[in-house]
Amino acid sequence: MSVDVNPDISKVATTNGTTPATPKGGKAAGAIATWADERLGLGTALKKNIRKVFPDHWSFMLGEIALWSFVVVLLTGVFLTLWFDPSMTEVQYDGAYDPLRGVHMSSAYASALDISFDVRGGLLMRQMHHWGAMIFIASMMIHMLRVYLTGAFRKPRELNWIIGCLLLLLGTIEGFTGYSLPDDLLSGTGVRAADGFMKASPVIGSYMSFFLFGGEFPGDAIIPRFYAMHILLIPGLLLALVAAHMLLLVYHKHTQWPGPGRTEQNVVGYPMLPVYAAKAGGFFFIVFGVIAVMGGLFSINAVWKYGPYDPSKVTAGSQPDWYMGWPDGLLRIIPPWETHIWGITLSWNVMIPILVMPPLMLMILMALPFIESWITGDKREHHLLQRPRNAPTRTAIMAALMTFYGLSWAAGGNDIIAIKLHLSINQITYFLRAAVFIGPVIAFIITRRWCISLQRHDEERLLHGYESGVLVRSPEGGYAEKHLPLPEAKAYTLTARDDDPTPETPEEIEASGATGRGLRLRRLRARLATVFFADNVRKPTAEELHEAQHHAEHELHELEAQIAAGPNRHGPAEH
Amino acid sequence: MTDAHNNDAHGGELAVAEPIPDPGLPEHQWRPTDVDPAKEKRAERQVATLFGLSALSTIAFLVAYFTLDIGDNWHVIGGFGASTMALGVFLGLALLCIGVGVIHWARKLMADHELVELRHPARSSDEDREVAVQAITDGITESGIGRRPLIRNSLLGAVGLLGLPAVVLLRDLGPLPGKKLYHTIWGSGTKDAPMRIVRDGIWTPILASDLEIGDLVNCQPDALHNPERYDIDPSEVEGVNLQIHKSKASLILLRMDPNDIKPGKDANGESRANWTVDGIVAYSKICTHVGCPISLNERTTHHLLCPCHQSTFDLADSGKVVFGPAGRPLPQLPITVDDEGYLVAQSDFDEPVGPSFWERDYYER
Repeated sequence: MSVDVNPDISKVATTNGTTPATPKGGKAAGAIATWADERLGLGTALKKNIRKVFPDHWSFMLGEIALWSFVVVLLTGVFLTLWFDPSMTEVQYDGAYDPLRGVHMSSAYASALDISFDVRGGLLMRQMHHWGAMIFIASMMIHMLRVYLTGAFRKPRELNWIIGCLLLLLGTIEGFTGYSLPDDLLSGTGVRAADGFMKASPVIGSYMSFFLFGGEFPGDAIIPRFYAMHILLIPGLLLALVAAHMLLLVYHKHTQWPGPGRTEQNVVGYPMLPVYAAKAGGFFFIVFGVIAVMGGLFSINAVWKYGPYDPSKVTAGSQPDWYMGWPDGLLRIIPPWETHIWGITLSWNVMIPILVMPPLMLMILMALPFIESWITGDKREHHLLQRPRNAPTRTAIMAALMTFYGLSWAAGGNDIIAIKLHLSINQITYFLRAAVFIGPVIAFIITRRWCISLQRHDEERLLHGYESGVLVRSPEGGYAEKHLPLPEAKAYTLTARDDDPTPETPEEIEASGATGRGLRLRRLRARLATVFFADNVRKPTAEELHEAQHHAEHELHELEAQIAAGPNRHGPAEH
Repeated sequence: MTDAHNNDAHGGELAVAEPIPDPGLPEHQWRPTDVDPAKEKRAERQVATLFGLSALSTIAFLVAYFTLDIGDNWHVIGGFGASTMALGVFLGLALLCIGVGVIHWARKLMADHELVELRHPARSSDEDREVAVQAITDGITESGIGRRPLIRNSLLGAVGLLGLPAVVLLRDLGPLPGKKLYHTIWGSGTKDAPMRIVRDGIWTPILASDLEIGDLVNCQPDALHNPERYDIDPSEVEGVNLQIHKSKASLILLRMDPNDIKPGKDANGESRANWTVDGIVAYSKICTHVGCPISLNERTTHHLLCPCHQSTFDLADSGKVVFGPAGRPLPQLPITVDDEGYLVAQSDFDEPVGPSFWERDYYER
């Protein structure tokens, strides 16, 4: 390995020479730095971190998108607060948008219209705010998938995984309170449904509703209260958790993909100053720029088209923002279950999809790292990422969860699907009622077997070489393909992964002398571990690899001899 | 911190005999911009050009801000608001050019040597742990919290009690529900003025004879528009109160062939046969699932579909749920006609309207 403490940058572009430039006023800068250091001790803090190493991979950018879109949403949000009036006082609209002039509406809705039509750049900022929020939530989800599928959530990063789950939850609530603020017909319908959800809560449902709305729905308190949550409470929590997320990232150092020279003990990549700072800082401008272009060109939440909220009105095709779509889908396909007993009403048709499923999904997500490490018994630190195929059961679990999510989400658009595809909404609903149970199981099985096939393919390439595409015909007329050995770096990368731990055998558990509940748990765990690792391709030992490669080499020689001797040669045969 | 890493796994927990030894980091490759001054100059010019384009875009943004109108004439340039579109595009370009330029600079011109940093386990060393535990123990011992249960318990009690103000302070968030969810503004009206059913939005009363079979009308109680007629204080039906009443009282009228109607039973088990007028039925518009206003009528089947979650109710059969997640039929409003032939309510609904709630069945009239 040839990495020096002081890398050779002799040939690096002269604009970035080996000796630091000494700009004019260097003395003044030095004096300021000294002044600051004597009060803040900056030197010690910077010494450790200014050249901190960050590994590079495209998938590490997903979390950055989330971070930067959050910053954009904060900036555009501050702009919106300067004009938005979070009040439900009734006013007569007198702004620039002709079709609604003279209509009675809440101040909130009127000020949302003013931002859209009477403030220059206001509509741009509103649309950037909404697009940014969607990108924030979407990139958090995809980042989370990346972290899960590559095993980056394993020790020591479980807590950061939990922080990430909380960020997703808070982002979703922030989104809901945000799109409710304009008090238009669509968002008011969403708030009305939320009122129904609260009323369905056991025991305290109607009290919750009356307390949140300051009386009977819709009241005149909900918009100011959502506003306080939306611009103060939740952003504060989000900021704190984002800070904790980043601090832990720095403390743990980023995970990396295995490869030549990249091990569990090191981290290889570019230093924060200058390369990583430039790339990440530049990326902020790119995310900001893309959101600005989207805000300028793509209409989103055109509230003026919906009109002010009126509890007697609704439009067909009413849907929440997409990230709220999956519980809404469950709400559509749940059978009409409601129990009336001893004078109380239990609305299973609301409680299961809204009060049970989303918290349950969140808890499953947060528990995933702990469930996996309990089953596998793996308590080691992991800094090298795994390919999804090398942890088939883990990958299959996420595929099952994604399938459940996707089907529930599709159910949230069952009316649109029915209209666009000319299908019966009843049949779609009946189908999805079954599919949300069966689909995840099918996805689990297919994904697991698919991963194992990919593992076998990797092993094949490792042991017998890759397919060169050169077909050779033997003198007997048979055909064979020439396989060539993988380059060393590639072969090493394929083998640079952990061996699966061996689950405890029944005899071992027996011998441990465990009894009662402990014994049953150990047995369950051993069985689950067996399933977890079943059919995984074992990493070849050095001997096996050597032997297989020897064999492959032999075959290659034979083929080459045939090529040299036989009619495979180019040009006319010599006779 | 950028120690050269030697390849022997030194005490790492994951050290295993690898089938292929680690070949180590590949040799660093010089980029064309490192060795060819012409290419270096070109990259430098590209970066500066991008920054220049950004500055131009910013100027274009400013020009667009001050020259393009907003307001009434926002339908310009292919249906896009000219101002919004120009501001967004130029702001986006200004930002994108900086971002692309900086990244281009980093990739082509900044040193591209990968550095190696060693990892350390997240845990603190045994020694640090011992010292920390000792420090905590010392602190706790010196406070004497363990030896003085009286202080500890009284403190815990006092702090615990402080949770109560935090909860109690929220009491005034809203009034208690009381019986509000059990009633709507519908009723029989006064002796001289039975509560008329009027069209939503235009507030005109409805002659039973005006409706044809298959007609569906969205309605409200006349009291929301003419409170004095029913001896109701006008402030009761203004602003927020109007919204509250509408969210419970919204009504659907549908006329069908009287022979299609299967009259159900009311709360007391008596027939609802006299709740209709010549095949005109009146049902609450508020869905019994989560409370959306129901609006989609299927004319041939008398089925009414909620656009939110597709609960479907049969208005010919006591508002029964025929499909979807709603658990209860739509409440029916008993109607009749007044002396002038206008449709009026006989009374309020005989059950709470809208979504279910825990104590709904405690309801007593």
